[in-house]
Amino acid sequence: MLHIADLVVRYGAATAVDGVSLDITEGEMVALVGPNGAGKSSLVNAISGMIHPASGSIELAGRTAQVPEGRQMFPDLSVDDNLRLGAWSLGRGKRDTAAIYDVLPELVPLRKQRAGSLSGGQQQMVAIGRALMAKPDLLLIDELSLGLAPLISEKLVEHLRRINTERGTTVLLIEQEVDLAFDLCARAYVIEAGRIVASGDTAILREDPALTAAYFGGFEKRGTAQ
Amino acid sequence: MTLFITFVISGLGVGAAYALVGSGFVIVHRVTHVVNFAQGTYAVLAGMLASRLITTGTPHGVGELLAVLVAGAAGLGVGAVVLARRDTPPFVALLITLGLVFVGLAINILLFGQNPAPSVPLLSGSVDILGATTEWQRLLVVPIALVVFGILGLFFERTDVGRAMTATASNRRAAQLVGINYRRMGLAAFAIGGLLGGIAGVLIAPSQQISPYADIPLAISGFTAAVFGNLSSPWLTLLGGLFLGVVGQLLQGYGVGSFQTQVSLILMLVILIVRARALNAQEEAK
Repeated sequence: MLHIADLVVRYGAATAVDGVSLDITEGEMVALVGPNGAGKSSLVNAISGMIHPASGSIELAGRTAQVPEGRQMFPDLSVDDNLRLGAWSLGRGKRDTAAIYDVLPELVPLRKQRAGSLSGGQQQMVAIGRALMAKPDLLLIDELSLGLAPLISEKLVEHLRRINTERGTTVLLIEQEVDLAFDLCARAYVIEAGRIVASGDTAILREDPALTAAYFGGFEKRGTAQ
Repeated sequence: MTLFITFVISGLGVGAAYALVGSGFVIVHRVTHVVNFAQGTYAVLAGMLASRLITTGTPHGVGELLAVLVAGAAGLGVGAVVLARRDTPPFVALLITLGLVFVGLAINILLFGQNPAPSVPLLSGSVDILGATTEWQRLLVVPIALVVFGILGLFFERTDVGRAMTATASNRRAAQLVGINYRRMGLAAFAIGGLLGGIAGVLIAPSQQISPYADIPLAISGFTAAVFGNLSSPWLTLLGGLFLGVVGQLLQGYGVGSFQTQVSLILMLVILIVRARALNAQEEAK
């Protein structure tokens, strides 16, 4: 459902994404991992149309919605209003939030609360709910676990798994926690300095010694492992 | 005592108009971060246009309504100029609005001449309040302003467009992500600012002798009221406007002369100095 070929994203003279090709089929959950500044967010923002690529092509069948980095709440609005606005582009009469509370029941007691007053995990849940309001075929998640306690991240992962199986939503997950990303997703792309350096089944990638050294051992151990 | 009451009541009337002008500043600033000094120009345009329409035979009510709508259209026009380019820095936008104030002044003089418009009150006659004789027209401003503020509150809290404007104000990037068109929201804010200025102008023109040159003084008083509301709270702006109106009328009434603009400027300076730290913190948070 998503086919990207030779995508290049530039900011002035700096090249953030340097000839990336990537494919996702419908119903898949795919992880995009890599260090800070590798071009992950640029890639996702190009897919969602927030930035225009310098060259290359993005073919997308269906709608996307993004769970942005930093969660990006509307802090002055209630949880319910945050969710409603997620369906802004669908038009009036298609902004009923009830279905979201079925998927994310933790939000029910918070619906009247100001989004700015929520904890990070709660905000991330609102961000996911808000993205789902747009009834996306492809859900783009930019940093799911960043700044969250492991238990809360696991809860979110469970929710995503269920959203994927029950609603059939395709997921592209950007994630720093490679363990978490590989647990959730069957397939992954590894991006470094704007290029895809490895891709394939996460079960196989997990056994790749170079990747293991780079990601599972943590960046600080990289030098000693090599 | 009677005199005092007279001054307070007329001050509340003028102050409510400042609050309406000020709330235009607030709404435009919240959504676009632009300080729009044309707010006073809308009031002059609507006030003088209503007078012209009514003296030439348009019935009361219709004339005022048309004038307010024209002010709304003027607001939209100013918005279209200010928001013509994405990412115009707010201080550049402010200069653009100042430029448009002078264009607006020229247009107002061209249309209506330099003299104050003839007074055609919506409500004529006067009433005794605690011994003070007050024109109905002056009394009309406060309840209408309250109703307008109430409607604004409902608009921003209960309608999706209002929520989308608040959303744009609090997180423009997230608003873009969910597909809210920033420019359209900004234009809506400018149009609402025009309507609010227009309502103020129509209401005070009959008792305040509005001429084209009232634009900047009205804008300054409205802006001071808005600063009182931190450029973000309509209700504090209302309070600030009323306070400003009363202080101005008391000073004028007790023979110090008409120093409304100076009073506004001094009050604005005081607020800005006292609140400098809070305002800075707010800017940094953005």
